[in-house]
Amino acid sequence: MAYEDNISFTDYSLGQEELERIENVLEEDLIRSGVHSVLLIDMAGNIIAQRDNGDCDHDLYSLAALASANFAAVDTMAKIVGEEEFSLLFHKGENENIHFSKVNVEFLLITIFGKEVSLGLLRLKVAEAVQKINDMWNR
Amino acid sequence: MAFVNMKNKEVQAKIVYYGPGRGGKTTNLEYIYSKFRERIKSDMVSIKTHGDRTLFFDFLPFDIGKIMGYDVKIQLYTVPGQVKYDATRRLVLKGVDGMVFVADSQIEQRKKNILSLKNLQENLASYKKSIFKVPLVLQYNKRDLEKGGVSLLPMETLEKDLNSQLKVPSFPASAVTGENVVPTMKKIISLTMTSLQNVMK
Repeated sequence: MAYEDNISFTDYSLGQEELERIENVLEEDLIRSGVHSVLLIDMAGNIIAQRDNGDCDHDLYSLAALASANFAAVDTMAKIVGEEEFSLLFHKGENENIHFSKVNVEFLLITIFGKEVSLGLLRLKVAEAVQKINDMWNR
Repeated sequence: MAFVNMKNKEVQAKIVYYGPGRGGKTTNLEYIYSKFRERIKSDMVSIKTHGDRTLFFDFLPFDIGKIMGYDVKIQLYTVPGQVKYDATRRLVLKGVDGMVFVADSQIEQRKKNILSLKNLQENLASYKKSIFKVPLVLQYNKRDLEKGGVSLLPMETLEKDLNSQLKVPSFPASAVTGENVVPTMKKIISLTMTSLQNVMK
């Protein structure tokens, strides 16, 4: 069994400039489209970047911990039934909805939005944002 | 694995309480939550079954202030102890920075402690982490039962069973009364931060 020596930090690292670019994408593509709050988290539940419309008072650290665990659980369920992954992960509520989108093996994008935004538009906007964030890495 | 946000000058680190079922992992977190209520801004999150057993995990975020100019946010997690929940236990271990192993001092739990520690070693290995390298503290819980006339595993036996190879810091404790709960947490935070600091320099 080979163990990794680097056990302290995440495999990825993000500089100040990259974080700002990510925050800009979240702001311009999602918050300006009417999304209430958006979080980029890693699979361990850390918050990488966050933006909201100023009216949100959610417990984001708990939300991130639960979201990463929930995603991991659903992903494992997918594998059990023979699927590579479930492509649409969405919880609908009376006033708030939560949408999960996998960005890459490390990151998840969590979007919280209300009735004003349709699921179709949201999925389109999320896909654009995910593409932009991924482009940043591949550059 | 800890995430360092250079922009907000913030470090997020994950500490997981592991150990056999009904050993007192959740009780450790509940004690910490009650003790530091004013410093913990959010509620403790628990995903439990009807029988009050941990189903997925407990979660408690804890701000410990600034280290080397960084705001340090410690995320305390527990895993479900029951053997059947191994899949969810492994999920919670993802990205762990430090571990507390909560052993049950009762004589009839001796085998379960050993099996759970072995299970921890295997689950860490699935993330390519060695139990000998991850910051780890052992806690021998339920020492308060001795006062009630229950005979417990002697500390020497627990040390021999669980710590003869690891040689990590260990504490006799009682999560119910709070004895050594905070010292256990302080120890694992300091070990975790030392391992992070070495890299941050």
